[in-house]
Parts: sequence; structure tokens; C-alpha cells
Amino acid sequence: MKKILLIIQREFLNRVQKKSFLITTILVPLVFPAIMALLVVLMIREAESAKPDTVQVVDESGKCSFENTRRFNFVPLNMPLDQAKTVFQQSENFGLLYIPDFNLDKPDGFILYTKENPSIEKSEQLEGMIEDRLHDLKLEAFNISKEVLKNLKSNISLQQFRISESGEEKSSNSGILYGAGFLLGILIYIFVLVYGIQIMQGVIDEKTSKIVEVIVSSVKPFQLMMGKIIGIASVGLLQFIIWIVLITVLSSGIMAWLGTKMPQQQVMEQVAQQMDNEEAKEAIESQNSKISGFLSQMNQLPFARIAAVFVFYFLGGYLLYGALFAAVGSAVDSIQESQQFQFPITLPLLIGYMGLFLFILRDPHGPVSFWLSIIPFTSPVAMVGRIAFGVPDWQLALSMALLIGGFIFTTWVAGRIYRVGILMTGTKVNYKVLAKWFMLKN
Amino acid sequence: MEALLAKNVTKHYANHLALSDVSLTIPEKSIYGLLGPNGAGKTTFIRIINQIINSDGGEIRIFGEPLAEKHVSIIGYLPEERGLYKKLKVGEQLLYLAQLKGLSRKDALAKIKTWFEKFEIKDWWNKKVEDLSKGMAQKVQFISTVLHEPRLIILDEPFSGFDPVNAQLITENILELREKGSTIIFSTHRMETVESLCDQIALINKSKKILEGSKKEVKEQFRSNTFIVEHNNNAFQLDGGRYQILQQKPISENHTESTIRAASGIKGNQLIRELVDLTEVHRFEEKLPTMADIFISLVKGEGDEALKKHLQEV
Repeated sequence: MKKILLIIQREFLNRVQKKSFLITTILVPLVFPAIMALLVVLMIREAESAKPDTVQVVDESGKCSFENTRRFNFVPLNMPLDQAKTVFQQSENFGLLYIPDFNLDKPDGFILYTKENPSIEKSEQLEGMIEDRLHDLKLEAFNISKEVLKNLKSNISLQQFRISESGEEKSSNSGILYGAGFLLGILIYIFVLVYGIQIMQGVIDEKTSKIVEVIVSSVKPFQLMMGKIIGIASVGLLQFIIWIVLITVLSSGIMAWLGTKMPQQQVMEQVAQQMDNEEAKEAIESQNSKISGFLSQMNQLPFARIAAVFVFYFLGGYLLYGALFAAVGSAVDSIQESQQFQFPITLPLLIGYMGLFLFILRDPHGPVSFWLSIIPFTSPVAMVGRIAFGVPDWQLALSMALLIGGFIFTTWVAGRIYRVGILMTGTKVNYKVLAKWFMLKN
Repeated sequence: MEALLAKNVTKHYANHLALSDVSLTIPEKSIYGLLGPNGAGKTTFIRIINQIINSDGGEIRIFGEPLAEKHVSIIGYLPEERGLYKKLKVGEQLLYLAQLKGLSRKDALAKIKTWFEKFEIKDWWNKKVEDLSKGMAQKVQFISTVLHEPRLIILDEPFSGFDPVNAQLITENILELREKGSTIIFSTHRMETVESLCDQIALINKSKKILEGSKKEVKEQFRSNTFIVEHNNNAFQLDGGRYQILQQKPISENHTESTIRAASGIKGNQLIRELVDLTEVHRFEEKLPTMADIFISLVKGEGDEALKKHLQEV
């Protein structure tokens, strides 16, 4: 036991003392907040540039007066089109909208003059507004009063609740759950792969530098393998913890710094000042309720549970695959040779990863999602992706128990291959040879 | 007491027999040469002593006790394929290897310091192994083998790759360790090492032990009744029935050296008596077989009668 601790310590220090560890550990968390800050800055710019465009309107029909929106301010011009064009040329306005004296049954001849090519989005919005107006005019033609028309419009936002088995209602937001599942699932996938390959690399290095024969004359091969696996796991955990802490501190720092410039609120206020009609206020209110809803959703996510499950599946998945990577490392003489054996190991991991996108994030409680999150080889990615959506306790317990069983099994298999493999150099290894090593008695 | 006693040790690999009923007795404080051609089973035997692999059958006792896990701390092993962690600093490396052998950190540090002084490499602590020359790395490797003061030291081809100066240094240290009470097992096929250092030898060929004993005994056993005579340049005739002149060569202006084999039953003294009448004898000695002779003739299986007789006895 004391010797395993020594090996763990050695493997841990070997990696932590490297410059590359320091660099990746510090750079990665800097990249995340940097991207966030960039996005926020871009959003603010966008919001600032999104001041409403002024559109001059020559309305020969006298039927179309538009209310200002977030996007457009409308300025009526009471002059003929030719004159209006000259005025428009001299102004800095976005566009000039010409509305002819149209026939309601066959409306035609609407023209938008602009100095630059307008975006499709803007022209479509204007088209939509004209169409709405025509729609209203047609309704009026059927003698429907303005009051009724106003009452026809309503603005709702769909609130979502999930009723748990105990009948308790929890509001849910599939967007957040999707994001959480996506992020956690990918993290596990990357961690298991990156650290698994580190184990393999370490084993190959020991084998090719021949130090392994000296080491196994002091410790059992199994101790060496476990020491290496656990040592590298602790590097991974340390790195992960540093990342979480750094990202949290930096992100909250940046958000606090940008807090005064929160883009949505700023835009809202501007819009509210410019418009004092009911619709806009309602829109702002619904927008605000969405934001507060988002925040309360965030708070409702069971963070402690998700974090605990994440750490468990990270370790479980890592141990399960780490042992297999160690076995591959022991069997080959170089990284190049390891390719043929790496594929079957990474395949189930890849299936879990694909399953995350194809099934779990789309239908977290469907049968495929269930099985992916139960079977030990795919469960680390799948269950972590699924956990935010809420997983019944019995499923979680079953999946965890199977994962523990799974890594005990792979460690046992890997240990049997490893003890023979590390002493075999220059052998042409195929699956038959691996099976032979596995069957070899001690 | 024997440092190591192996009884009927057998080891099979998947489709070949690596060791077949090998029994060896290695006396304490001896320098024991384990000889044999490549693939004979030497490395397998050494790995079994080091508990890297297990034997299929037989018994091994080390200083009287059945071989067990705790014994790794009293064995020092230098494998033929040398290896150290390339990226690790010399000091940390030695510390780690010594701790794996069961030394405390404090003891290990003190011992490393002593060896660094002895080998005059005090400034190597912070050097990475990949920056050392091959000879330098082998010094480090030798230190790592003996740092924990093992009672049994197993050296597999210890001199391969050493320059003469380093080889001499290592030889001196091996003898010194023996003086202090260690038992040393050499696995080698370099016969000059065996001639000069070993006092006990065993020969393993094709997974079987075919010879064991002290160097002196073995040589006695393989005497071929051959004598070397240095004499004046005049030619002489001996009774062809009893003597056979194998070789005659001039070694200086008026001296010649003859190699003469006498028929069994004829002692050296009798040959001298006959020679004295025929020529002037300057030097007379019995030609004992070298270890290389014995090794080659045994391994090739085409030895003379004494060897064949010996093989039948084994």
C-alpha cells in the first residue's frame, strides 16, 4: 500500500511539475471568460447599433399610418414622391417608403427607396408591417371596430412545468437543461480520452525506456498500474478544480465589471423611453419575466447533485477506460502501434458521445437514452448528459453500481494483460496474443 | 548458510519450456557466475528470483527463508536492458527507486550523498537522465541497484556498454560490496569476467543446468592432462603411444613452446622425467581449460571424454 502511494505521488509530481501543466491549467480558464467577455462586448455593440432606423413615409392612400417599433421610426412626409426623394437624399435616414393609392382587393405598387441595400430581415419586417396594416384594413372593411381589433391581439409566453412522481411541480427550461447536459457530457468525454491517453503514453514510456523491469522487481505490476492510473486521475481532478475555481472567479469578476452595461436592460430602457404604448410595455415585461425565469431556473438546477454525479462519473469512467488504456500501452512498443487497439476502446466512448446528441439531449427519458446511461461503457457520458433533466434515483443507483462493477472488471482484465505485456518487447501483438496473455496463469 | 537455494525450479511459457528442474546452490558471500548462451533460461531464472514472474514448480529459499514479497528489499537487480526515467532528475530518480525498495526518504538521501561523493558526481542531482551520456547513466543505474545495500545483488551483463575506466570502477565496487557481506550473482557470457571475478559458476543450456561448482573444482573436473613446456630449440621425439604433441611454436630466438597431451594415467612428473633427458626445460605447467573452453565445448556438446562423462553424471 505504501508503495502504491509512492507511485501515485511520483506520477502526480511528474506531471504537475511540468511547464505544460501550468500553461494549460492557467490558459484554459482564461480562454472561457475571454470568450464570454467578447460575446458580451459584441452584444453591447449590437444593441447600440440597433437604434431604430428612420423611415420616411409618403402615403398617397392616406390609410397607412405606422406606429413606431423597436426597429423603425416612421416619419410621414406630406409631399409628392419626387420632392420626397430629394428630401430623403439630403437626410441621413434609412429609407423612404412609398405607399400608392392602392386597391385593397389587389394591393400593388409599394416601393422602398434606400441608399444602401437593406438586409432581408429589415425589408421583410417592413413587408410584414404593411401586410398587417392591410389585414386590419380588410377587417375594417368588414365593419369590425378598432376596439375589437385591439382585443384580438394577445401576447403570451409559455411557462414550463415538470410534474415529478411525487406530484411536486418544478418549472423547467429545456434550453438550460440542454446546455448543461451538452457541456457536462462533452467534458466527461474529453477528460476520459485525454487522461486515458496520458496513461497509455506513460506505460509505453516506461516500457520502451526499460525502467519497468527495475520497477516490477520492487512492486507488483498491478500496483504499478494502479499507482499510475490513480496518480494521473489526481492530476485530472486537481486541474479540474483549479479550472472551476478560476473560471468562477474570473467570470463573476468580468460579469460584475460589465454589470453596469448589461445590454438587455439598457436596450429595454431606451425602448421604453422612446415608446409609451401599451404593447411595448407588455413586451418589455414579458422579456423581463423571461430573464428572471432564466435566473430562477438556474437556481433551481440541483447543482450539488449534478456536481457530485459529475465527479462520480468522471472518476468511474476514467478508471474504467484508464485500465484499458494501460493494457493497450503495455501491449505495444510505440504510440503508432497502439492505434489498432485504441479504436475498439474509444468506440463505446464515441457511441456515448454520439448518443448524447442523437438521443439524450433530444429525448432524455426515451428507451435508448435510458440504456445508454445504464450500460457502464457509455454511462459516464450519457448519464452526466442526462442528469440535469432529472433521473429517477433507482436508475442512478443502478447505473452507478454497474459502473463500479464495470471498472473492477476492466481493471481485472487489464491487469492480467499488463503484467505480461510490460515485459514483452518486439512481439507482434494481435488480439489472439492478448487473449493468450490474459489466460496465462501467474 | 546459502544465500540462495533453488530446488527443481520449472517454468513453462505458452509453447516452450524455459526452465526444466533447475537446482542451484549459491553460497553466501560468493560471486556466482550464471553462464549460458542466449535463450538458455538465465533471464527467466533471474526474473523468478526477483518475483517478476512466478515459477510453475520447485522451491526457492533465500537466506534460509522461502522466497516471499518482503525479500524485494534485500535484492538489488540490474537488468540487462538498462533503463531509467529519461525526464526525471538523477537525484529524484534514485530517491524514488530507493523508496520503492523500502528505504525511508531520510536514509535514501544520506546514502545517495555517500555514493555521489564516492563516484565524484556531486553536481548530478539536478541533471536529467536524458542529458547524461550512456556511461554516466550506467553509473546512476549501478547506484540505484546497490543503494539499499542489498544482501543479494543480481547483475545481468553488468559490463556491457562500460568503458574500461568505468568497468574497473564497477569491479572495485562489486568486490567491496562482497567484502561487506553481499552475495553477487553475475549473469554473463563474457568469460574474462568469469575468469577474473567469479568463484562459483553454473552453466545453463537449453533450460537445463548442466554444470555447477566452484571455479577451481570445475576446472579440475575438466583437466585434459595437457601440459605446456618451454624448452631449447632442439627437436625431440616422445613415445607416440603415450604422448601426443599438439602444438609446437618458437617463442624467442632459442626457446620453443610445446603443448603435449599425455595419455590418461601418466602424471606430469613422469613427463618431466622423460623430457629432462631430451632437452633443457625452462618452464613446465599444466594447461587447465579456460572457462571459455569449457563453456563452448559443453554448449556445442562436442567435448572430449571427460566432458561427456561429466554430462552423463549430471
